[in-house]
Amino acid sequence: MLAVTIPYWGQTLLRVLGGIVAVLLPAGAIVYLFLFKMMSFMQSRLGPMEAGPYGSMQLFAEVGKWLQKEDIMPARADKYIFRAAPLIVLVSTFLLVAVVPFGPDAYFTNFEVGVFYMLAVGSVSTLGILVAGWASANKYSLLGGLRAAGQLIAYELPMVLAVVGVIIQAGTMNLQAIVVKQNSDEIFGLDWIGNPYILTQFIGFAVFMIAVQAELTQTPFDMPIAESELVSGYMTEYSGFRFLMFFIAEFATAGVFSLIASALFLGGWGVPFAWFGWDGVDEISNWMNIVGPIIMISKMMLLAFIIMWVRFSYPRFREDQLQRFAWKVLIPVSLVNIMITAILKVAF
Amino acid sequence: MGLKPKVPGLVKGLGVTFNTMMKTFTEGAATVQYPHEKEAPPVRARGVIALREDNCTSCMLCARSCPDWCIYIEGHKELAPPRRAGGAPRKVNKLDRFDIDYALCMYCGICVEVCPFDALFWSPEYEYSEPHIADLLHDKTKLGEWMETVPEAPELEVGADKKGKK
Repeated sequence: MLAVTIPYWGQTLLRVLGGIVAVLLPAGAIVYLFLFKMMSFMQSRLGPMEAGPYGSMQLFAEVGKWLQKEDIMPARADKYIFRAAPLIVLVSTFLLVAVVPFGPDAYFTNFEVGVFYMLAVGSVSTLGILVAGWASANKYSLLGGLRAAGQLIAYELPMVLAVVGVIIQAGTMNLQAIVVKQNSDEIFGLDWIGNPYILTQFIGFAVFMIAVQAELTQTPFDMPIAESELVSGYMTEYSGFRFLMFFIAEFATAGVFSLIASALFLGGWGVPFAWFGWDGVDEISNWMNIVGPIIMISKMMLLAFIIMWVRFSYPRFREDQLQRFAWKVLIPVSLVNIMITAILKVAF
Repeated sequence: MGLKPKVPGLVKGLGVTFNTMMKTFTEGAATVQYPHEKEAPPVRARGVIALREDNCTSCMLCARSCPDWCIYIEGHKELAPPRRAGGAPRKVNKLDRFDIDYALCMYCGICVEVCPFDALFWSPEYEYSEPHIADLLHDKTKLGEWMETVPEAPELEVGADKKGKK
């Protein structure tokens, strides 16, 4: 535990600042490392090289550029909703990070129903996107918003169902408890690897990652933004800072979902407790509060790398293929996964 | 061949992008960082049209064959001293103006083809963009400067020379 006692307002302030850092830092890292650099390298070019060493200041240049742009709003747009929509999307990202545990004591909230909260808050952004498409008074935006709503609702289900397997196996909805359980358990009598649920719940992990890809509207599932046919869909009419908010939200959500996936499936911040002879969450040394976030962030970067890698490699699904894939493949597979997990849970 | 296990196309696609990334890491990119380093254009690149003023007789063939009408020629006749003593003075065409408007030019190269006196040449020079569109109208001094960038014509291919001439 920390030696100094911080007053409640101080804790709140620290949590808010920590939340902003935990959302914006991964978003910036993902945009620079993966969107700017990795995509360029995969296309055999170098990407931004001028702003700062190896273009590392490019992000600040981009933000500066967006802030200078004129704030345009269509004459027939629904003004209040048009202004609120990017905020709804961005806020849902900030709310998501609240349940992510970064270390034995380094968490924002220790929610008993963290997974439930995560799934509920994660779907708020759907509302923001639908509302943005509707309020823009533009047929492309409306089509994009409707497609986004259809897609996000369709892929919300396999995501929920994939997580149910983890919940059954862990016996708790508390993300912190799920992480602790993964690191204190053993698999096949071996305790040196812990029991990360990617081993036992691999189907769940695969379904979850595919659903995350779709939730983020990243490329095989980017029908809602489809810039070549819908002119960026629900974002068509947005410019300047409002567009920037959508942009940050897209990649911040990618980071936060990668964090959640690494907490659910990859063992989160922990190292297998058997390495140091810890028996429970209370015996963990204090230094894990520093090392834990680093482990967590590196796992997040790995998952974000996979998300972006898939994004840069695959072409876009057609709308009907996309829906069919969700309803006829992912949902049955995850249902079967739940059944098998439940049977095995009762059997052992 | 047929016995190899079939790799699914999705995995193959991921492999392509990953291998390209590693190749860019190890061997460098296929692109060139333009303002710092420049690619050498091919010998016959159509960069800009250069003018050898001495060869031009202001016959107007290029101006008339230009599909865009982007060549402007003005000239007058001058009397030059005769070649042999006692002969009549020669009439010579002097070029007053030879402008090419590169805002109109579509780089078809018909003028270079049609010139009977080898006065027009292709140069691979390409860095002559201007902030104002009117500045793209270049006069004969500028076109003459570009003559220095015109490369030597490459050797003819074997059998390309005309038969029966010698």
